[in-house]
Amino acid sequence: MSRAYLTFKYAFIAVWASFVAGPFVWALTTSFKDANGVQGGATYLPWVDYKPTTRGWQDIFGGEGGVNVIQPFLNSLQITVLASAISLVLGSLAAYGLSRYTYRIGRMKNADIVFFFVSQRIMPPIVLVIPFFFLLQFAGLLDSIPGLVIVTVALLLPIAVWVMVDFFNNIPREIDEMAMLDGCHPFAAFVRTILPNSLPGITVAAMFCAVFGWNDFFFAFRLTFTEVQTLPQAVVALNSSIPPWWTLSAASLFGISPLVLLAVWVERYLSRGNLAGAVR
Amino acid sequence: MDGMRRYKSMFLLPGLLTLFIIIIFPLLFTIRVSFSGWNVSNPHMDFIGGANFVRMLADHRFWASILRLILLAGGTVLIEYVLGFALALMVWRNVRGQRVWRVLFLVPMMTTPVVMAAIWQTIFNESLGPVNDLLGRVGLPTVQWLTSTGPATVALMTVEIWQWTPFMFLLLLAGLLSLSKEPFMAAAIDGAGPVRTFFKVTFPLMAPVSVTALIIRLIEASKMSDSVYVLTSGGPGSSTETPGYYLYIRGLKEQQTGYAGSLSLTYLVLMIVTLTIVSRLLVRTLKTRTG
Repeated sequence: MSRAYLTFKYAFIAVWASFVAGPFVWALTTSFKDANGVQGGATYLPWVDYKPTTRGWQDIFGGEGGVNVIQPFLNSLQITVLASAISLVLGSLAAYGLSRYTYRIGRMKNADIVFFFVSQRIMPPIVLVIPFFFLLQFAGLLDSIPGLVIVTVALLLPIAVWVMVDFFNNIPREIDEMAMLDGCHPFAAFVRTILPNSLPGITVAAMFCAVFGWNDFFFAFRLTFTEVQTLPQAVVALNSSIPPWWTLSAASLFGISPLVLLAVWVERYLSRGNLAGAVR
Repeated sequence: MDGMRRYKSMFLLPGLLTLFIIIIFPLLFTIRVSFSGWNVSNPHMDFIGGANFVRMLADHRFWASILRLILLAGGTVLIEYVLGFALALMVWRNVRGQRVWRVLFLVPMMTTPVVMAAIWQTIFNESLGPVNDLLGRVGLPTVQWLTSTGPATVALMTVEIWQWTPFMFLLLLAGLLSLSKEPFMAAAIDGAGPVRTFFKVTFPLMAPVSVTALIIRLIEASKMSDSVYVLTSGGPGSSTETPGYYLYIRGLKEQQTGYAGSLSLTYLVLMIVTLTIVSRLLVRTLKTRTG
């Protein structure tokens, strides 16, 4: 590698890293500002440009004139965990079936069924949300956690199937055939031999489910109102009033922190090529 | 054999039926409601024939939003692909701080789009935000980021690229890591330089991964509306409106359920057709030329 290329490479990495980190650094400094630090124009360095306070952080945990993000946090957590769990169970069962057996539904074969699952991602949320509103209203599930879980499953199930099918395809059939020859029920073979061998794949699928479940805004925005507010909703609600930027920044950082920590943890699974099956 | 058949369907059916039931009602409802005059003053499932579709044909705001979405999604996804590929190649091997870069480059994808769009709005704020402040410090004129058409589009694309290049990066890096070493050794023995190796070996081998990554991102980008809602609210005027956002105004704010139904249906069909054609073309150009 030539010297010029190396210089270019590290410069490029440094520029992109700053671009990626910029909004986080800005939000972090802003979360310690008050009106004086915001209204005179952009300020950057605490103690130099502005006097840091913890006002924003107090406000998001029930401080005066702020909001409490604890309840929205718990709502988001419940919805994400439940919807991800349902999607992973249904998705890995379906994916295992699709990787081991041959199906025919009318003219649809296995590849078409996989495509049916994945193609549901194409549905714009706005197209689904109006009918869902009436459906959930009819079922009495509007503005409730179960209602939002059902809707979120529609978003996550295609992702779970997409990641898991290719993963199961790469696990040798001999493993479950051996187990079944030993007299194992097909389900028992799946649970005892396949699942333990697919933990990295399940981790990747679970990560995608968690990301898209946690980050959903639109469904929660239109299908829940006062009883169940999710974290993205709570943050955006802060944005729509005259924005106290320090509260908005603190709430944003709090809202994205669980998944940022998840990113640090799952990177090792992703980079080992566990996603390789799904991208080919 | 009969026993096998039973187990077979017990694996697939729960998931398939769940998804089918969740999706089929909204779809049927949308088809039916698009032929009705349902709106806020007349909330009934009556039948008015194709009147909504006739009205839609003359709705310039809708067609403009469709065209804008195609340009916006196509443009951002292409930029994301080039940047994501470059970044994946750079941290693939022989790089110091490999793990740190890989984690950092993934992070934006994990953050909530609407929440980050709210932060970006403060960054692009015309009088108090850091972008105009820094432009001013280096002696450049300030820009009306969120209240004039061109800059608002640039701001929107910046946010999308920041958020989703990591996804491209992730898929392409996974693809690079799964490549076997032999073709690269062969290229090295033939004395091929890095540029030649990229175009003759790396890029062709990465064609299937590239196709998958591009298609997935195009599908996701075709639904773009949350960031528009928070960042520009479709403005100034309706100059950054995407169909998703326009539908939100017609269907939810103004509650023209029937008309929004016909727009939804058209939007969905147009996206399915466009994406199918684009995927076919991608598969053909990338896979056959290199295959």
